Amino acid sequence: MGLPISQILLATGFALVLTGFWGILKHRNILRIIIGFSLVDTGLHIVMVATGYITGGTAPIVDEALSIADGAARSVDPIPSALVVTAIVIGFSVTAVMLSFAIVLFQATKTLSIDRLTEQKW
Amino acid sequence: MSRVFNLLVLVAFGFVFAGLIGAYDERQILSALAIRYLTEVPEGLGAPNVVTGILISFRGFDTLGEVAVLFMVAASVGTLLGGKEKNAAVSAAPANVGRRPPSELVRNGAEVVLPLIFLFGAYVIMNGHLSAGGGFQGGAVVASGVMLYMLAYPRGGINHDVLSITESLAGVVYVTIGILGIVFAGGFLDSAILPRGEFGTFISAGAIPIISALLGIKVGAELSVIIDRFRS
Repeated sequence: MGLPISQILLATGFALVLTGFWGILKHRNILRIIIGFSLVDTGLHIVMVATGYITGGTAPIVDEALSIADGAARSVDPIPSALVVTAIVIGFSVTAVMLSFAIVLFQATKTLSIDRLTEQKW
Repeated sequence: MSRVFNLLVLVAFGFVFAGLIGAYDERQILSALAIRYLTEVPEGLGAPNVVTGILISFRGFDTLGEVAVLFMVAASVGTLLGGKEKNAAVSAAPANVGRRPPSELVRNGAEVVLPLIFLFGAYVIMNGHLSAGGGFQGGAVVASGVMLYMLAYPRGGINHDVLSITESLAGVVYVTIGILGIVFAGGFLDSAILPRGEFGTFISAGAIPIISALLGIKVGAELSVIIDRFRS
């Protein structure tokens, strides 16, 4: 293991964010832009969880591997994981609202390309 | 020209992120708040899963806000997409004739896998306080099972009224349990209104399993309604 685990996770998360940014900038189809937003969300969630990692720590669940006594000594930070659970649900909600807007736009203007949308008025 | 611009933006962000990654030192010790949560949740609340304990009792108010956000999203999607139901029913009838039915693989696979998915979702919901899982996670699994049902049986109807009533009832009971926490125990959404029980058994950790189950029901019903609105 060359790199520390948290740096590998951070690199993965930021790579996903960059891929999402590229998708948002390059594509003209609304649905692909929305996928780009979803990728940025996922990448940032991975980054947030990665900042909670303690070297040599294990999951914050008390079972056979981790007793109550060394729970505070050997486990990773549970707070970023709890925050990311909320963030995932909110990311899903934002994606759902974006997709419904895309559907309503398509029904009104019969096109999914954002180039057309700047010229037409409803 | 715009491709060069895109590439420049990406390279700039890449430099910023690379700087962040390079300067990041892996943490060696826990913060004081994390240590308090890690000792309080197994001993004070009696729940082995620290993350679920944080989400449901110590940060329970954030969870209530998240429940409100989910409700708002269900309402928004219903407003944006639901009003066209009557027009869509008339205009979609000729379009459906040319559509291919789902393949045998999807149909037969769904018949085998759907009960297992729902069972797994219920397991993840109910076991949230003992091992990895919880209300939101299990609710998302149940909603993905509903999505498979919609893919395999495109004509199959989902009863919106039943799901909406279920989800609203779950939300109301959740807030009621929170208010019971004020009356009987330390504060809003305190899980000590029920006895702590033996550590690690199914019925333990106070009101956390009940709150977890309510969250799972609410999230599952809500996501199913949202997904169903997207069906043309």
